[in-house]
Amino acid sequence: MTIKRRDFLRSVAAGSAIVTMPGFLSGCGIQTATALSSATPENPFMDWFGVDQATTARVMSELTSRGADTADLYFQHSRSNRLTLEDGIVSNANSGIEQGVGLRVVIGEQTGYAFTEDLTLPSMLAAARTASAIASGSQVVAPQQFNPQAMGDLYTTAVPWAAVGVDQKLPVMKFIEQTAKSRDPAIEKVAVYWGDADERVMIATLDGKLVTDHRPMARVTVVVTAKKGDETQTGYSNIAAREEFSWFTEERLSTMVDEAVDRTMIQFEARRPPAGEMPVILASGASGILLHEAIGHGMEADFNRKGTSIYSDMIGKKVAEPFVTVVDQADIPRERGALNYDDEGNKAGRTVMVENGILKSYLHDQISAKQYGLKATGSGRRESYQYAPMPRMSCTFMEDGPHTKDEIIAAVDHGIICETYTNGQVQIGAGDYTFYVKNGWLVEGGKVTAPIKDVNIIGNGPESLKRITMVANDARLDTGGWTCGKNGQSVPVSQGIPTVLVSNMTVGGENVS
Amino acid sequence: MSADLQNKAEHAVRIAQAAGASDAVASISQSRDVTFEYRDGALEKVKDTTSQGLAIQVYAAGRYSSHQTTDLNAERMKSFVAEAVAITKALEPDEFREITPPELFEGRAEIDLDLVDPSVAEISREQRLAWCEAIDAVATDHEKVVSATAGVYDGSQKSATVSSNGFTGSEESTYCWYGSSITLMDQGDKRAEDGFYVGGPHIETLPEATLVASTALERVLSRLNSEKGPTVKTSMVVDSRAAASLIGRLLGPASARRVQQGQSYWADLVGEQAFSDKLTIIDDPLIKRGFGSRLYDSEGIAAKVLPIVENGVVRNLYVDTYYGRKAGLEPTTGTSSNRRIQTGDQSLEQLLSAVGEGVYVTSWLGGNADSTTGDFSLGIRGHMIDNGEIGRPVGEMNVTGNLRDLFGQLEMVGNDVYPYSSTLSPSLVFADVDFSGA
Repeated sequence: MTIKRRDFLRSVAAGSAIVTMPGFLSGCGIQTATALSSATPENPFMDWFGVDQATTARVMSELTSRGADTADLYFQHSRSNRLTLEDGIVSNANSGIEQGVGLRVVIGEQTGYAFTEDLTLPSMLAAARTASAIASGSQVVAPQQFNPQAMGDLYTTAVPWAAVGVDQKLPVMKFIEQTAKSRDPAIEKVAVYWGDADERVMIATLDGKLVTDHRPMARVTVVVTAKKGDETQTGYSNIAAREEFSWFTEERLSTMVDEAVDRTMIQFEARRPPAGEMPVILASGASGILLHEAIGHGMEADFNRKGTSIYSDMIGKKVAEPFVTVVDQADIPRERGALNYDDEGNKAGRTVMVENGILKSYLHDQISAKQYGLKATGSGRRESYQYAPMPRMSCTFMEDGPHTKDEIIAAVDHGIICETYTNGQVQIGAGDYTFYVKNGWLVEGGKVTAPIKDVNIIGNGPESLKRITMVANDARLDTGGWTCGKNGQSVPVSQGIPTVLVSNMTVGGENVS
Repeated sequence: MSADLQNKAEHAVRIAQAAGASDAVASISQSRDVTFEYRDGALEKVKDTTSQGLAIQVYAAGRYSSHQTTDLNAERMKSFVAEAVAITKALEPDEFREITPPELFEGRAEIDLDLVDPSVAEISREQRLAWCEAIDAVATDHEKVVSATAGVYDGSQKSATVSSNGFTGSEESTYCWYGSSITLMDQGDKRAEDGFYVGGPHIETLPEATLVASTALERVLSRLNSEKGPTVKTSMVVDSRAAASLIGRLLGPASARRVQQGQSYWADLVGEQAFSDKLTIIDDPLIKRGFGSRLYDSEGIAAKVLPIVENGVVRNLYVDTYYGRKAGLEPTTGTSSNRRIQTGDQSLEQLLSAVGEGVYVTSWLGGNADSTTGDFSLGIRGHMIDNGEIGRPVGEMNVTGNLRDLFGQLEMVGNDVYPYSSTLSPSLVFADVDFSGA
C-alpha cells in the first residue's frame, strides 16, 4: 500500500473555481510528546527520572507482592508549549509539565492501578501497595534487572522542541496570519494556535523489559473569519505530526492557509442538502473518520472480550466487498498516530482488521490477547501516567481499490461528497455511528454541482461496510490533528482512505416537506 | 491543610515576582480519586490515586502567559516559574492583558456552599463493593444481558489561589457517583446499550444503588428493537438529561471571547428578543451543593447570579476581563457555573400528551454546531410519540437546523429537572424540527 501522505487532492467543482480540501480538527486533546536527544540515554532511570534501577525493581516487587499476571511501571515526563495569535499579536502562551509514574497490576481481567507524581521511593511504594490490593495471592518473581529494548526510529528529531524558543515560533505564526489575510479582502480576523510537545516515556515490565521512547508532537491551527454584508463565516485548517520545527515550511503552511480560506469562503455559497437517505461519496484523506467510527472502535478488543461490540462474533466472516481492506498501523514514520512501542511496552505495528472483505483481527492489548490466546497487536495505549492502558487505534486507513474518483462521481445520480469533518462518534453495541461534515458538495446526474455545509451523517457500522460499493486508487492519510476520546482518555490518531462510495447513508439536512 | 496549600501558592507568586513578573496568580491543587468497577459478578478495576499541581499566571512588561506543572519539587518548581516569566517576556505586549482588578474580588458571598461531605473520605472498600454488588445484581440475571458494569467513583479536591494584588481564596469539594452501564443482546449482531449514573457532593442525597441500576436497565430495555425513524418535519420533545447538553450547545458561543473573535451568533443579541419567551436561563454560582457552585471564578471575580436569557431576551454574555476590555464589555464572568433553566408546570407525560405526534429525544449521538452561524446537525436516539405517548424506539436519525431558530421555536418547558448536572434543565418541546431518517 502506498499512502500519498502529503499529496493534496484538489476537487474542482463544476462551475466554480473554489476549492476545498480534506483536513480537519477535533477539540483540543492533551498535547503530549518529546525528544530530548535521539540516542538512548545510557541510564534512563537516572537521566530521565532520577530513579535508579534498584529502586524501580523494588517498586515492581512491592507492586506484585500479592500476585500478578502482568504488571508495569509507566514513567512519563512531558513538556508542552502553546502560543496564541489573535488580532495580529502573539500575546498568550501556555506551558505545562506532566510528570509521574503509573503502576499497574493485572490478574486475569482484573486491574489494579495507582499513580504518583512524587518519584521518591516511599511515595512509589505506597502507590504500589494501593495498586496491588486488587490481588489476593502471593508474591510473584519480579525482575531485579531490566533489559533495555532498542529504541524506535519512527520520529527521531535533530532539534528537540525544548531547544526552540518563542522567538523562533513567533515569525512563523505571523507568516501564517499574513498569508491568510492576503488571500481575500473579506477576511476580517485570523487566529493562529501553535502547540508543540516533547514527551519521554520509560516502561518497566514484570517480564523484565525496559522500553524507552521520545515522542515529539506538533500541531498548528489557523482559524479564519470572513464577513460579506451581514453574513459572517468561520473556517479553519490544521496540520499535525510527530515532527520538529523545520517541518513547518512556508509551502506546507501556505497549503494549510489555502485550505482554511477556501473552506471559509465557500460557506457563503454553501447550503444544507435535502434530508434523508442517499448515496455518499467520501473524499480521500480525512474521510478515514468513517473507518475510525464505523469499524475501528468496534474492533478494539476490550469491547469484544466483553461481548459488547457489534463485531464480537464476526471474525472470519465476510463484512465487505473483496476490494475493501482496512488497516490500523502504528509504524508509519512521523504520523500523528505513530508509535514505536505501545504504552504496555509492546512493539507497535500493522494490524489488518479487514482483508479483502473478511474480518481478520481485533486490536489487542495484553489483557485481551491473553484471553483470546493471541499475541498483543501493540494497541495498548493510554493518555498519560494517570491512566491504565486499553486497546486503541493509531493510524487507521483503507487500502486502494479498483475504481477511480471520476468513476465514483459519475456513478452517483443524486447524492453528496463529504470532504472536511469536525468530529464523529459511535455506539459500540448498536453499531450506529456519526460524523459531522463541515464542507462538501452536492452530486447531481454524475456531476459535482453546489457546495454544502454543516450536516451530520449517521449510519450503522456493519451495514455501511456492506454498502461500500466502490473504492478508488487515491488512498492517503490526512495530516489533520485528530484526537480520539474513549472512556475519558484522549490519544492522538491519524486516519486515511481513498475516495469511496457508500451506497446509502442518512444525511442530516433541511427542506423536509 | 488549606493553609499549607496557600503557603505554597504564595511562595510561587513570590518566586515569579523575584524572577521579574510584575504580577502573578498561583493556585495549588490536590485531589484524590477512587474508581471501583465491577463487571459481571467480579471486581474488574480498582484505581486509587492522589494528584497535585501548580497553575500560575504571569504578567510581565505588559505581557501575559499561563503555566501548569505536576512537579512540585522545590528546586524544579523554582526553575519552572523562572522559565514561565522568561517565556512571558518573549511574547508581544498587549495593552488588554492586565491582572484582574481588585474591585472585582469584592462582594464575595459569605455563605457555605456545602460542597464537602466528610463521609466521602471515610468510604470503605467494603462499602464500594457493596454498592457494586447491589448494582450488579439488578442486571446480571436478565436473560438478554451480555455485559453489565457497575461503577463507583468518589473523591475530593482542594485548592488555594493567591494573587500578587490581594486575592486569596480556597476551595474544597467532594463527590461520589455510582451507576451502571448495561449491554443487552438485540436483533442479529446488534446490542442495545445505555447507562445511568447518579452523583453529587453528598452521599446522603443519592438514590439507592439498586434503584439507579433499575433505571439503567429500564433505559436499555426501552432501546431494544430500535429502528430508523422517518424523514419528517415534526415536534421534538427533548428529555431533561438530553436537554442539558442541548442548552450547553446553545450557550457555547455566548461569550465575549467568541463575540470579539467574530465567531458567535450571539454578537449583537444583548437586549434583543432572540429566543422564545419560554426560555429563561440564569447562571447561578451560589446553589448549595450545586455541581458548578463557587464563590469566585477562575479570574477571582466574586461569583454573582447572572441572568443570561430572560423570557427570550438576552441579558448578559459570559465576559472575562481580557476579552471584555477588547470588546468594550463590562466583565461578568468568563466561565459558566450552574445554569438554571426556568421550569414550566407540566410533567413530561403532559408535554408528550400535549404534543400528540413527534419525536421524543433521549440522547444525542455526535453532531456539531457552527458557533458563528448557529447551524447545527445532531444524531439522535429516542422514540416516536404516538397519540401523546412514548412509542417505538428509533435511532440512526439526525436533527438539523439553526440553534437560534430552534430556541425561537421552543413551545413548552417541563417541570422535571435533571439534577445530576451543572445545567439544570427540564424537558423541552420544540415545534417544526427537521428530522432525517429513512
